[in-house]
Amino acid sequence: MKPEWKEWAQEAKKQFPRANSALLPLLHRIQRAEGWLSPETLTEVAELLDLSPQYVDSVASFYSLFFKQPVGKRVIHVCVGLSCMLAGSDELMHALEERLKISQGQTTPDGEYTLLEAECLAACDLAPVAQVNLRYRGPIPPEEADRLLTEEVSS
Amino acid sequence: MSQTYYLLRHREVPEIGQIAVYRAHGGYEALRKALSQYQPEELVDLVKRSGLRGRGGAGFPTGVKWGFLPKDGRPRYLVVNSDEAEPGTFKDRELIEHNPHQLIEGMIISSYAIRANEAYIYCRGEFLKGYEELSRAVQEAYQAGFLGENILDSGFSLDIFVYRGAGAYICGEESALLESLEGRRGNPRLKPPFPAVAGLYGMPTIVNNVETIANVPPIVTYGAEWYTSMGTEKSPGLKIMSVSGPVNRPGNYEIPLATPLRQLIEDYAGGLKEGRRLKCIIPGGSSVPLLTPDKLDTPLDYESILQAGSMLGSGGCIVLDESVCIVKASHRLVKFYREESCGKCTPCREGTYWMADVLERLEMGLGTQDDLAILTDVADNINGKCFCPLGDASIGFLVSAINHFRDEFEAHVREGRCPLGAKVYDTANY
Ligand SMILES: Cc1cc2nc3c(=O)[nH]c(=O)nc-3n(C[C@H](O)[C@H](O)[C@H](O)COP(=O)(O)O)c2cc1C
Ligand code: SF4
Ligand code: FES
Repeated sequence: MKPEWKEWAQEAKKQFPRANSALLPLLHRIQRAEGWLSPETLTEVAELLDLSPQYVDSVASFYSLFFKQPVGKRVIHVCVGLSCMLAGSDELMHALEERLKISQGQTTPDGEYTLLEAECLAACDLAPVAQVNLRYRGPIPPEEADRLLTEEVSS
Repeated sequence: MSQTYYLLRHREVPEIGQIAVYRAHGGYEALRKALSQYQPEELVDLVKRSGLRGRGGAGFPTGVKWGFLPKDGRPRYLVVNSDEAEPGTFKDRELIEHNPHQLIEGMIISSYAIRANEAYIYCRGEFLKGYEELSRAVQEAYQAGFLGENILDSGFSLDIFVYRGAGAYICGEESALLESLEGRRGNPRLKPPFPAVAGLYGMPTIVNNVETIANVPPIVTYGAEWYTSMGTEKSPGLKIMSVSGPVNRPGNYEIPLATPLRQLIEDYAGGLKEGRRLKCIIPGGSSVPLLTPDKLDTPLDYESILQAGSMLGSGGCIVLDESVCIVKASHRLVKFYREESCGKCTPCREGTYWMADVLERLEMGLGTQDDLAILTDVADNINGKCFCPLGDASIGFLVSAINHFRDEFEAHVREGRCPLGAKVYDTANY
């Protein structure tokens, strides 16, 4: 457990009128710092919030943005929703797979990139759209797939 | 096209997300008016008379919903639904990213109207920027004295909390949203009781969509009659339509209800891209049946769209042109529901899985004569038999696609391939 987590747990509890609401915010904050939520992390979060480890594990596994495996420095979510599909999202995804030599769902061996499918990101006007570490990028035509790998993203 | 905006006001006033700019353009004056000139019940009545209907999908009259709160002295909550994840819908994102103070002002007025002292905004996890903008704007509103204790000396106090989900479409369903807000898995609750009776932490709660609440300040400013002067008697006012697909200007358009669909597509969105011909339109987000080109003159109001065979839903309007394979489009949408099914009830969890499976083999040219019957049968076993509306939503488009484009489905079996040459997405096929 990192020393600052105790403080974060207190802050998360204070941020909302009821302590129950602290779990998701705390998971978000720790994941932002650590990159992902390891089984040990989940157990420690349970301890910090007086919950059972099973409960925390079951909540964390419900939500697709909580990563229970290590991810790359850049997490690329390519929207494969219908509107993005119409604009070439499948080709964009394929171009990234070729370029990174991984399939969607995987992380490059050097730990730089994780490539994931996203459902509609509520940005269909930017189709085909992607998020890099949850920052929107679009439209990204398939032939410009490299932009997702190289362009700066704010933290 | 020049127009006066009431919701997408940042189109006219670029920095309106900053409180100083918002105030310089009349911002928070509706709040002042509401707190000084109206009793809470009078505001509920005003919203009822305006005819405002929920913009989250179901179109339920907002003032009527507010009136359902039991008068038993328990604390009440307002929860704003900013989970926006219905494929094809992207209006709430634009509102929270660019015009957050209008939502906050609407929340304060609405909370006063329903006598709530705590209000929440539930943002979908992917809306990191929207979450940051809202958090910043809420802080600004506190500093300006529009939130906290004794707002504008009215004696009314309100706190607003911004909460971030973590990736789950089902958390847009109001009871699943409340579960998630309470730190649990986002499984829907059994209804009744409805949230108005037992909602957040078991207390009476009103859940409203972002766009719904963003309508409240202009209704207070300009009056119920102004609102009912637009649209139809049953569907008055303004609606933001999100248009996507192969049109020249995809984007959000703020229109008076009952504007013809044709005008939205051809004038506002600039028509289909050159060389494309319209195949069908999904007018209200991925959960609704499709409309064929002969329905282009349908007015965009709740009743007319229903009569035409679909629903206005969330206003997410997806345009499909003739180059799109209907089986592939159906597969993509059903796959979405398969991914997002929360797994709580069998017809939805298993049914979406099987439908996606059958659609995939049809698209790959491996379907059999029986597959259409299987699809219809599974859809029939989902229809009306699920724990929450997500199940029914998963078959809306598919059933209409089979009805209107049966030939195209059958051709996939007959020819043993997709007649349009579309591929199922996976690495092996590319
Ligand atoms: C599966 C599902 C997803 C939903 N997603 C949303 C959503 O993202 N945003 C929203 O406002 N309403 C959504 N709704 C509707 C809400 O349950 C609820 O009716 C709505 O937030 C009420 O607000 P309104 O009356 O202002 O429309 C969804 C409903 C279902 C069944
Ligand atoms: S219909 Fe689907 S999403 Fe709704 S409760 Fe059942 S399994 Fe969950
Ligand atoms: S389909 Fe990709 S953002 Fe909506």
